[in-house]
Amino acid sequence: MRSQGSNNWRVLGSQILVCVCCSAAAFADPAPPLSPTNIFAPASTPASSIFELSLFVLAVTGTIFLAVFFLLLYSVVKFRKRKNDDGREPPQVYGSNQVELAWTIIPILIVVALFMATARVIATVQETARLDNAIEVIAIGHQFWWEYRYPALGVVTANELHVPVSDPDHPTPTFIKLLSADTDHSFWVPRLAGKTDLIPNHPNSMWIDPHKTGVYLGQCAQYCGTQHAKMLLSIYVQSREDFDRWAQQQSQPSQEGDSTAAGQRIFETTACINCHTVAGTVASGRFGPDLTHLMSRDTIAAGAAKNTPENLRRWILNPDAIKPGSLMPAMQLSDPELDALTAYLETLR
Amino acid sequence: MSTDSIAWPSTTAESRSLVDHLHEWIVTVDHKRLGMLYILYALVFLVIAGIEATIIRIQLIRPHNDFVSPQVFNRLFTMHGTTMIFFVTMPILFGFANYLIPLMIGARDMAFPRLNAFSFWMTAFGGLLLYFSLVGANGLYGAGNAPDIGWFAYAPLTSQTFSLGHSTDFWTLALLVSGFGSIGTAINIVATIVCMRCPGMTLAKMPLFAWLNLVMGGLVILAVSPLTAAQIMLLVDRYLGGHFFDTQAGGSAVIWMHFFWIFGHPEVYVLVLPAFAFASEIIPVFSRKPIFGYSVMVGATVAIGFISMSVWAHHMFTVGMGSAANTFFVISTMAIAVPTGIKIFNWLATMWGGKIEFRTPMLFCIAFLFQFLVAGLTGVMLSAAPFNWQLGSSYFVVAHFHYVIVGGILFTLFGAFYYWFPKMSGKMYSETLGKLHFWLFLIGFHLTFDFMHIPGLLGMPRRIYTYEPGRGWDTWNVIVTIGVFFQAAGILVFLGNLLWSYYRGKAAGSDPWDAWTLEWSTNSPPPAYNFYTIPTVQSRRPLWDLKHPDDPDWKYE
Amino acid sequence: MMNTTLMTLPPPEIEWKLPARGRVAMYALIAAEAAIFTIFVVAYLFYIDKSLSGPMPREVLSPPFFYSVCLLSSSLTIHLACKSLRGGTVRRFGAWWLLTITLGVLFLFGTASEWHRLIYEDGLTISTNLFGTTYYSLVGLHGFHVVVGLVCLSTVMAFTLFGAVKQEHAERLDVLSLYWHFVDAVWIVVFIVVYVIGR
Repeated sequence: MRSQGSNNWRVLGSQILVCVCCSAAAFADPAPPLSPTNIFAPASTPASSIFELSLFVLAVTGTIFLAVFFLLLYSVVKFRKRKNDDGREPPQVYGSNQVELAWTIIPILIVVALFMATARVIATVQETARLDNAIEVIAIGHQFWWEYRYPALGVVTANELHVPVSDPDHPTPTFIKLLSADTDHSFWVPRLAGKTDLIPNHPNSMWIDPHKTGVYLGQCAQYCGTQHAKMLLSIYVQSREDFDRWAQQQSQPSQEGDSTAAGQRIFETTACINCHTVAGTVASGRFGPDLTHLMSRDTIAAGAAKNTPENLRRWILNPDAIKPGSLMPAMQLSDPELDALTAYLETLR
Repeated sequence: MSTDSIAWPSTTAESRSLVDHLHEWIVTVDHKRLGMLYILYALVFLVIAGIEATIIRIQLIRPHNDFVSPQVFNRLFTMHGTTMIFFVTMPILFGFANYLIPLMIGARDMAFPRLNAFSFWMTAFGGLLLYFSLVGANGLYGAGNAPDIGWFAYAPLTSQTFSLGHSTDFWTLALLVSGFGSIGTAINIVATIVCMRCPGMTLAKMPLFAWLNLVMGGLVILAVSPLTAAQIMLLVDRYLGGHFFDTQAGGSAVIWMHFFWIFGHPEVYVLVLPAFAFASEIIPVFSRKPIFGYSVMVGATVAIGFISMSVWAHHMFTVGMGSAANTFFVISTMAIAVPTGIKIFNWLATMWGGKIEFRTPMLFCIAFLFQFLVAGLTGVMLSAAPFNWQLGSSYFVVAHFHYVIVGGILFTLFGAFYYWFPKMSGKMYSETLGKLHFWLFLIGFHLTFDFMHIPGLLGMPRRIYTYEPGRGWDTWNVIVTIGVFFQAAGILVFLGNLLWSYYRGKAAGSDPWDAWTLEWSTNSPPPAYNFYTIPTVQSRRPLWDLKHPDDPDWKYE
Repeated sequence: MMNTTLMTLPPPEIEWKLPARGRVAMYALIAAEAAIFTIFVVAYLFYIDKSLSGPMPREVLSPPFFYSVCLLSSSLTIHLACKSLRGGTVRRFGAWWLLTITLGVLFLFGTASEWHRLIYEDGLTISTNLFGTTYYSLVGLHGFHVVVGLVCLSTVMAFTLFGAVKQEHAERLDVLSLYWHFVDAVWIVVFIVVYVIGR
């Protein structure tokens, strides 16, 4: 039978190995190949401030961990009962005031240091003054999609947020006001900022200033019902010119086309217009996403499926097939109606 | 009434019918039997909630899996969390407290035996009510629905608008009912410890187990009551047209969060203090030394109790409370790390210079020390509010709290099972099976909960029934799921060990561990009246004094 | 494995007096109840002036001075009752006890008539607005505790009339009176919050 002592080595050995692997994995190359939602790969000032604080916190807690871990390890090895034990009880030590004082004062000092570093970052992130040239967006959380309004630009869209890239020397941040139309949600795009909740009757705000163009991913981070998992976020960071062009195009009403008049009629006579808006037509529902420029988006159903004609048709036929529990009802349309309707929606660029 | 062992279906044939046996157990007011009932009840729900967790992990083993539907998944995580907290951990800890406190303080029973029984049955009924929702939540018109609102049931998801049917009501009522049971037990624990200690056992001489449960009782009294209040408010909203959490009428969803977490945070200290109690009894005995720094341990416990009432909004850092509030809760949360850390150091110092015996209870407690250290440190990370803005509501938090509850509390609970099993049953458990259980569970725990931190760091939120491929989460989720099967195997070995040892174990005698507190001075299992005569004590370790009359503790304390 | 039965090296008989468990349990219960009331009071304070519509406190509330005096003096009468019982005068105890119950019932009657007026004349119900919800919940929760207290007091009254209450029960009734004092103290807080601060 293996001795008690070497049993113990294996316990601790396996624990060390596991801890090292975790740390390595976490700190490994934080570039997108590891994950597009890696909190250790910041691309915007709020995320960077948090990242720097996290390095400090990890350094402190890591040091404490190593110190106490090795003390524990040492004690279970050194003070194990030997096979040739004489059966006498060891010296009965009841305590030591000096030692207690030491390991009270030192943790208090560590806590003070951690607290000061933390308080500074809270202030930096939460009390940033709004810049005049900032883009203002109102994000409204719904079950289970995101509504975006740019009041100054006259743009209303859904699910894919476009913002201009921000040059660190001449920042053009985007300030996002967070509201909710129903239950609690949370806006989390890890590479750009920490998460902030969207709570009805409790407006919140956050800001981002992405330094590099690209698409940044995230998703809702506060359980909001059946399809919480598929309330995905995509933020399209574009150059200033591209962004302005996008905003210009989004603020136009839809263009009428004759070839899809049948589809448009179906759209306007079925219940679609109760929930959806198509600017420039009679459709002005607010319950579901604005569809004026539906085809300018890469995905539908808040990222649940790619925006292709087949998926669009499948979605309208039965939303539950793609996103079971979504609040859009199946419209009971026949095949020809579906074809016409899809063709019409395909014109909403 | 028999004066020897409490009537388990014993190995010597007794000519009592099964109905008589059951009746005795149902009407019992004996703290030892009620303790057993709590523990057995909790073990049944441990298996149920464990199966719920297993299904959750199978669903999450790969992206876009369809093992269960989103509706079922959402019910599973709600039921898993609610069951584990209210119908596994709390009852099992109350069970051990009920069983051991009178024995440790030299009393014959708890202060209020009938209140004790009432509290148990209230808790038991609450659990049944929660699971009845599976059948009854749609008003019996069709299959029922378990609640799917998450264990903290944020408003307005719980309003009639978003939670149709009755599943939310079953959640609310089940917790309301079991809450009354918890408060009853807490009042009983406080009254017992304050009023029924044997002669000579001043507060400064009672076992740390009693101190930790005393503070736990105080916390239950102060913390479960806010939950009761919040649930009454929720019922007023749902059935009387009230507007407490009705955002359309100017109500606040955030105030539900405040009320819930004013309960929810002290609740986790309610869960962890008894775990500390187990560690504080087991580690000294298997290190062959008294606990290092008894008075400091008491002080730290009381400090933890107080501070824990002031940290609740660290669960709400992302809610938009403003930087002043965020800053306050950072400092209060970091402050609680200090007395908690002191405890770890004191346990370490208890082992230091001792002669450690690696029996199964001690193995679990040693693992607890390492794991609780990690859990505490990830807690410190979470207390830094901006870091929390990334880590909060993600799998990092799920990993953190499971590290505390499984790696900390459940491990010491296993230690407690093995340590006190000989006392409760009169038999020794199988050390081989105990060690097998330990290794299986240790491996499974670390596979699951170490690696679970990583998807959180890579952006995976909690409570999602599936996830997108290409986010770097896939492999980690596979490893996490594999660990579950090792843990399940460990639990099966554990349950098997309990059963086998109960029937086939060697007789344990009254003091198999050569320990020092009063429960080891009476028979195993103790007679219904606990002690032949009420003892008088002179120190914290009365049996040490008896065994070492030339070197008694009271000369040094 | 020793089978020690604990015998005490007989030290001299020590003086060993611990608090009475009934009293400690009652204090613990009062602490729990205080915590529940605190949450309702916090909700009331938080929602002052936040109702979007409907009757406002200053329009419809008038402080129930008379009934409050009734309730608060019942604390005095119950104290006198317990004092009488400790002194052995059971009949006087019965008289003060009955007066306590009467004052409590009067208070409930006052609450009931106030609610009647609010509902039928002012149109304020629990679902009208935030004020209605928080008002009826807080005052209602307190009223519920008065009812529970009166049930206990009436049970004791019944026992007294049957001659079952004796001087040796004084301590127990003192503990019960703690609950009644608590109910009165809560009313002081509720009164201040609802009729003074909230208006």
